[in-house]
Amino acid sequence: MENTEIRDFISNAIDENQVMLFMKGTPERPACGFSMRTAGALNALGVQYAALDILPDPRIREELSKLAGWPTIPQLFVGGELIGGCDIVTEMYESGELAERLDVQMPEEPEERVDEAEAAQAPPAHQGSIQLEDRLEG
Amino acid sequence: MPTTEDLRLRIEQALPNSRVSVEDLTGGGDHFRAEVTSNRFEGLSRIEQHKLVYGVFGDEVGGVIHALSIKTSTP
Repeated sequence: MENTEIRDFISNAIDENQVMLFMKGTPERPACGFSMRTAGALNALGVQYAALDILPDPRIREELSKLAGWPTIPQLFVGGELIGGCDIVTEMYESGELAERLDVQMPEEPEERVDEAEAAQAPPAHQGSIQLEDRLEG
Repeated sequence: MPTTEDLRLRIEQALPNSRVSVEDLTGGGDHFRAEVTSNRFEGLSRIEQHKLVYGVFGDEVGGVIHALSIKTSTP
């Protein structure tokens, strides 16, 4: 797969999914604490989202960072726009801004931090892998 | 390996008159947290504020600096 194809795939994923999370690992098996917290915030809000694991090929991260102008993972996009990484998403979750942005209700006890235990308990609400991995093998 | 002091000085140089504190989250010299207060952030969205701070380090974030957690505010 060429770099341009990866870039196009990422760009399409951002355009086509209202809530798109690029992360290390998957919502079920996050491979990094920052990705876990970010997915945890989305799970706690019960929103549908698409997630893409950037780990299978280093070029996914390179192309994504170039495209977004943002150096770190995770990255959350809503409506095609970069919202931020773990810090911003966590801050916005805690303040209720994220719920507002996603047009959902805050869960009860909004003051509670999205910690790892909570992230692990929350049912994954995402739409499943969008299978870039499979396409990379071709 | 960068130290918290290196990071602090570089942010302060790039954003004059800012107040910066940097913490090494793991003690390993590669996961940092920076709290930056600067009037440069006025009128900018949170994401633009964070990009200004990330911009100080370019490719080093994601490279030598594995993770840089940021909290920004205006004075």
